[in-house]
Amino acid sequence: MEATITLRVDGEERPVSLDTRTSLLDALRERLGVNAPKKGCDHGQCGACTVLVDGRRVTSCLLLAVTQDGASVVTAAGLGAEAEGEPLRRAFLDHDGFQCGYCTPGQVCSAAGMLREARAGHASHVTADLSADEIPLDDAEIRERMSGNLCRCGAYPNILAAIREVAR
Amino acid sequence: MTGVAERAVGAPLVRRDGPLKVTGRAAYAYEQPVADPLYLFPIEATVARGRIVSIDAAAAEAADGVVVVLTHRNAARLAPDADPELRILQDDVIRFRNQFVGAVVAETSEAARYAAGLVRVEYEEAPHDVTFRADHPELYAPESVNAGIATDSVFGDVEMALAKAHRTIDHVYSTPLEHHNPMEPHTTVAAWHGEDGSGRLTLHDSNQGASTARSMLAPVLGIAPERVRVISPYVGGGFGSKAMPHAHVVLAVLAARLVGGRPVKFAMSRRQTFTQASHRSPQIQRVRLGADRDGRLTAIAHGSIAQTSRFKEFVEQTTFVTRSMYAAPNRSTTHRAVPSDVSVPGIFRAPGETPGFFALESAMDEMALACGIDPVEFRVRNEPEREPETGLPFSSRDYVACMREGARRFGWEGRDPAPGGTRAGEWLIGTGMAGCAYPAYFLRGGTQAAVEALPDGRYRVDIAAADIGTGAWTALAQVSADALGVPVEDVDMAIGDSALPPAAMAGGSMGMTFWGTAIIEAARVLRERFGERPEPGARVTATAPDNPHVGKVSMHAYGAHFAEVRVNADTGEVRVSRLLGMFDLGRVINPRTTRSQLIGGMIMGLSMALHEEGVRDPRFGHTVNCDLAQYHIAAHADVEDVDAIWLDGDDRYYNPMGAKGVGETGIVGAAAAIANAAHHATGIRVRDLPMTPEKFLR
Ligand code: FES
Ligand code: FES
Repeated sequence: MEATITLRVDGEERPVSLDTRTSLLDALRERLGVNAPKKGCDHGQCGACTVLVDGRRVTSCLLLAVTQDGASVVTAAGLGAEAEGEPLRRAFLDHDGFQCGYCTPGQVCSAAGMLREARAGHASHVTADLSADEIPLDDAEIRERMSGNLCRCGAYPNILAAIREVAR
Repeated sequence: MTGVAERAVGAPLVRRDGPLKVTGRAAYAYEQPVADPLYLFPIEATVARGRIVSIDAAAAEAADGVVVVLTHRNAARLAPDADPELRILQDDVIRFRNQFVGAVVAETSEAARYAAGLVRVEYEEAPHDVTFRADHPELYAPESVNAGIATDSVFGDVEMALAKAHRTIDHVYSTPLEHHNPMEPHTTVAAWHGEDGSGRLTLHDSNQGASTARSMLAPVLGIAPERVRVISPYVGGGFGSKAMPHAHVVLAVLAARLVGGRPVKFAMSRRQTFTQASHRSPQIQRVRLGADRDGRLTAIAHGSIAQTSRFKEFVEQTTFVTRSMYAAPNRSTTHRAVPSDVSVPGIFRAPGETPGFFALESAMDEMALACGIDPVEFRVRNEPEREPETGLPFSSRDYVACMREGARRFGWEGRDPAPGGTRAGEWLIGTGMAGCAYPAYFLRGGTQAAVEALPDGRYRVDIAAADIGTGAWTALAQVSADALGVPVEDVDMAIGDSALPPAAMAGGSMGMTFWGTAIIEAARVLRERFGERPEPGARVTATAPDNPHVGKVSMHAYGAHFAEVRVNADTGEVRVSRLLGMFDLGRVINPRTTRSQLIGGMIMGLSMALHEEGVRDPRFGHTVNCDLAQYHIAAHADVEDVDAIWLDGDDRYYNPMGAKGVGETGIVGAAAAIANAAHHATGIRVRDLPMTPEKFLR
């Protein structure tokens, strides 16, 4: 079955007709040619497909595209000032926060979403004060909150350094 | 570097491909633009051994969007003597569970996947055996092991020496089935142009070497290599699993034969990669050491047993580097294999050295304790003057300096060797170290590079090298700039395309050796022929000269890992609080990317030590935990303080750059350092990886 939906991708209206079985990730990659989000597992287990949907980080392989009609999708290519896109990308470059680069767009989007969550007081598994208005991001917090984004190249220490710099 | 101005080499330049990667604009294989593509979904065998009796594809062929169903009945014929791993869909024989028996090609990926589920395949099952154990009745000695290395070595009389030794140890170590899991799944986009038989094939493929892929695939297809073009500018990791093409590439190529020139896209699912992308075989190793009263080794015996596939042999060179590591007059090393009905194992980051050093360096720790000598001092005491089994001099060997300087930086001095001595709350804390060595493998000569003068004093360097995350895009520009005596900004690089001058793959930590040597030679010839101000268009292609020192000196990178771990006394959870690697790498071309490769290797070693284990079900023959939720690889939260540093160096025997291999060096020995530290923390010696919590609960 086909359906027509409109996604707002990195600020641009993108109407698309697709098979209702299509994931948001495949809609972006195979229908719209938006390749910044990557497919590492298609099962919500690696984080490579992370994008921001209406400002929140999601694994786009786990969403059916038809459920996202009208949604605003931001990828690593389109992360703007409100999500600290440029400082994050710069910090990843400066700290060599990647090697092969395949997990990287997902890491960058995840970091942007994560910074926002901590500022909004969302607790993590390692948060000591669950009632704080804003959670300070020490190394343990950053590691914990980024653990949905696997990096087989093992760039973790450098990703941590990059995010730490932007979080300050 | 004689005659070459040294400016760019040694500078910590930011990656050239970085801006494309942090924005997600670098186009990996699946993302390369192709017109009007089709999508492939494979059909996999549901038995581990047997024969296909029937295939009913009618429902799939009738499904919406399906273009063709590929099976062994309509697949093009491949060369009869082709590599058995690549010679797929030529008969009805099932050799391992999840073997490709066909594929559906459709207009969308959803349609292909759905229709693949409609294909009914019936099998006549035959008994299979995927069990792996040291006393397996089919155990045999291979003719040689990976990289053409001799199966066994014997010097002196190990048994006699062990009988007379003041101290002996004799232990069995095991490492499990391991899966590479690069984050980019193995992907091929295949398109045929022109008529059958006279056609040309273009592949956008995720691999570690476009030239290798081409030269391996062309004979399988029975066509000249010139008619195959492999394009791979960006590759999402490989770790050995993309060194050689696997069956998935041939599957896409055979499918593309049937669809009249339209490109066929095939990215394996994560689950499929567990069977099809090769793996590290499980291994069982026995290490016996004998030492005299002074803590000098009198005997070293290291044997390994690996599992291989019944239809194509692959055996890691697990005890190879033991031949060159420590002095002892009596020595023996062996490799044995057990054939199984499994897919073909393959090279995985430092094949041989990675499992081998887990066993050897664990055993060295055990012997140091048995002798009552500090682990660093014990190793220093057994340092050879020349390579023990060949008598060759070392090109350079700063192993002792790595241990001494690493120990100083780590704060090793004053360590109480007694295990179980430090506790902080529920955590038992310990430290450990292990050595590291990675040999120079001069396997493939013939790498070429071209240098061309451009307008405005710029140059372009063409070479079919690969950047799988190593930083080759950047480091090769640095080597080129110095070879030409120009600023690095004036060099454009072209890599990752088999249409460029042919090159060795990114493997064996030798990519830079072959590529850099070819580039320096091409630059030298360009200057010789065209001088300092060549006309735009002046171009020279040159072949890397063979290394005249091969076989005359022993060449290795070295290192020492120092680990601090804490083990939870109640739950057995192991955490690596600190991991420091000190390395001897010769000259470092780009410190920024070199450090990344080293810590990446160390973290993969940490992951091997603590987490990774493929579980094969003997009833069905497949890896049960074939996804990233069940096969855990180290995540952010698993990795605390990891750092890598190195000594100043320059090894003039390796290559004109003076650089040793980096990519694999970081992983070798890392798991042993962590296991040794865990023993120091708890008094519990885990000899079977991974070190999961239950192994510390006694
Ligand atoms: S591709 Fe979505 S989480 Fe892995
Ligand atoms: S950079 Fe390669 S997986 Fe993260």
